[in-house]
Amino acid sequence: MWNYTDKVKEHFFNPKNSGVLDSANAVGEVGSITCGDALRLMLKVDPDTQVIQDAKFQTFGCGSAIASSSALTEMIIGKTVDEALTLTNRDIAEYLGGLPPEKMHCSVMGAEALRAAIANYKGEAWEDDHEEGELVCKCFGVDAAMIERAVTVNGLTTLEEVTHYTKAGGSCQTCHEKIEEVLEQVLARTGALKPAAKHAPGTVGLDAIKPLQPKAEPAAAARLTNVQRMQAIMTAIEEMRPQIQRDGGDVELVDIDGKDIYVRLTGACSGCSQSAGTMMGVQMKLVEALGEFVRVKPASLMPAHAV
Amino acid sequence: MNQGIYLDNNATTRVDPEVLQEMLPLFTEHFGNASSMHGFGAAVGGKIEWARKQIQALLGAAHDSEIVFTSGGTESDNTAVLSALEAYPKKREIVTSVVEHPGVLSLCEYLEKKRGYTVHRIPVDGRGNLDMDAYRAALSDRVAIVSIMWANNETGTIFPVEELARLAKAAGAVFHTDAVQAVGKIPMKLADSSIDMLSLSGHKLHAPKGIGALYVKRGLRFRPMLRGGHQERSRRAGTENAPGIVGLGAAAQLALLHMGDENSRVRALRDKLERAILAAVPACFVTGNPDDRLPNTANIAFEYIEGEAILLLLNEAGIAASSGSACTSGSLEPSHVMRAMGVSYTAAHGATRFSLSRETTEEEIDRVIAVVPDIIAKLRSLSPYWQQDAGKPKEFAPVYS
Repeated sequence: MWNYTDKVKEHFFNPKNSGVLDSANAVGEVGSITCGDALRLMLKVDPDTQVIQDAKFQTFGCGSAIASSSALTEMIIGKTVDEALTLTNRDIAEYLGGLPPEKMHCSVMGAEALRAAIANYKGEAWEDDHEEGELVCKCFGVDAAMIERAVTVNGLTTLEEVTHYTKAGGSCQTCHEKIEEVLEQVLARTGALKPAAKHAPGTVGLDAIKPLQPKAEPAAAARLTNVQRMQAIMTAIEEMRPQIQRDGGDVELVDIDGKDIYVRLTGACSGCSQSAGTMMGVQMKLVEALGEFVRVKPASLMPAHAV
Repeated sequence: MNQGIYLDNNATTRVDPEVLQEMLPLFTEHFGNASSMHGFGAAVGGKIEWARKQIQALLGAAHDSEIVFTSGGTESDNTAVLSALEAYPKKREIVTSVVEHPGVLSLCEYLEKKRGYTVHRIPVDGRGNLDMDAYRAALSDRVAIVSIMWANNETGTIFPVEELARLAKAAGAVFHTDAVQAVGKIPMKLADSSIDMLSLSGHKLHAPKGIGALYVKRGLRFRPMLRGGHQERSRRAGTENAPGIVGLGAAAQLALLHMGDENSRVRALRDKLERAILAAVPACFVTGNPDDRLPNTANIAFEYIEGEAILLLLNEAGIAASSGSACTSGSLEPSHVMRAMGVSYTAAHGATRFSLSRETTEEEIDRVIAVVPDIIAKLRSLSPYWQQDAGKPKEFAPVYS
């Protein structure tokens, strides 16, 4: 049984705005029949103000697909078309108090239906550009299609590079066999092995296919002064922020206490079901940057005297 | 949830209170290791041999020593296939069916990909019946093992395993059957059959989880998967799961006792449930072969709606069932069994399995019959594939990703 939030259950058992909207002037129909979801989103847009006055949906899908559709209609009614277009699937998931990683694609379907409907309203052609595959990394919600894309685009050759680029396999590390399988398939297909990327070997797992590359500049790490070390930590966190901001969140360095580094997750990260994974990602990055083992902890765990 | 109506017995069953009673002393006074040279061990050894005889009786096996206790169906399946491959290293082919349980199917896929075996997956027709011509064509002296299930877990459809075993034997191949769903529901006489190996699982017949058995016909070349101590005549090393084994023995005894009930009363309840739902709900159909299947299983595909949503609403009504939809498993594909039978995606996602047991009552079935039509209607009112006011499907062709 999935661990659905109360909000998901509420929108599944008593969906809002379900049914046919006869006065609709924008209709989006998207779906993925193999994975068992299809959604028709109907909007009534005021041509003068561009405000979405009403929205209804019909959904063929599981509990979270129906809940995502219901949530979407609640979120967009009263918004202008342009305001609605800024909504992402993460916003839908967040509105519902989070979705299990296997179910994030339900929120993606909602966001796509919205884009399709608005394109329909504007008389534009809408093309679906997202692809999805079997979920590989449950901690970070990374599927096989995303790994394939990362491997192909960036010429990745090792498991640890895949982890660096996609976060897949960086937390509980139980999906490494699957990642290596995807990697092998892509490499077998593309044939040409590009030289390994410039990353120093990470601390995540060991590469079972190739021997580890010699460490790039490991010596420097040991001789950092306190100031250098602090700057290295700040730089590493700064480098991670864009990635986290893309998911609607943010991370802030609060304090450094020896091996304990305190950070604060904000925005979409706070309360997100995957925040533990994000913390783990920050920790990996810092361990890699410093060449020493450190623990990343939420600021809420700071000892009282330090605050 | 204890007051709920449990119709998911093909997933797992409740441990029978009598089974539990038989097991309890094994945790307390009879805690010894059966291999030990003292009274504590001897008492346990005696109970294990008693249990072995109960399984022998349930399977109609010629000798009790043909029963090897394992941790369950998956271990039995893996042991059987790997044993045959090791015993016949020059034979590089495996025959199985497209609708097997992952316990066999995933293993075969692995052997194909990583060990270079050739795997023949025999297809089924729209009712889930095996393509016998394809089966005959796949057999040859290159085949080390045939592994085909006795009854399908999703539809209950029964395969003619006795005949399949004879054909395999004629071709010189070992024949194994995953009978996890069939044992206890279908009378068996393995002593008179050509079946070489058979897997069974305790928790499908009111014994606990974590115990199962593999039947290995006397004289069959066998290679253990787990090596170590001399337990199970060195065919499965590791200290015996004595409480589980005794529980399985007690459950086997009860299964034999209740087999008549399973094939009369339970079957009648299943048929009543199925008839009533088919009569009350438009656009639904029974999957598998209704004329030759387990007495306890009804698998009904409700078109144009999705299984997980059905299960969630059933659960709200206190009814536990199961679905072949993709979403319930977290994978992207609906049930491989439904797909293999050519069931359309819009129906496969709505395939719902009701599996009864000897504990199911008529009141429970009446309650299910009363709530199912409303649940289906509610979800169809949300479905873009369904025209609620007209009570029929409608055209819908979304942009598919």
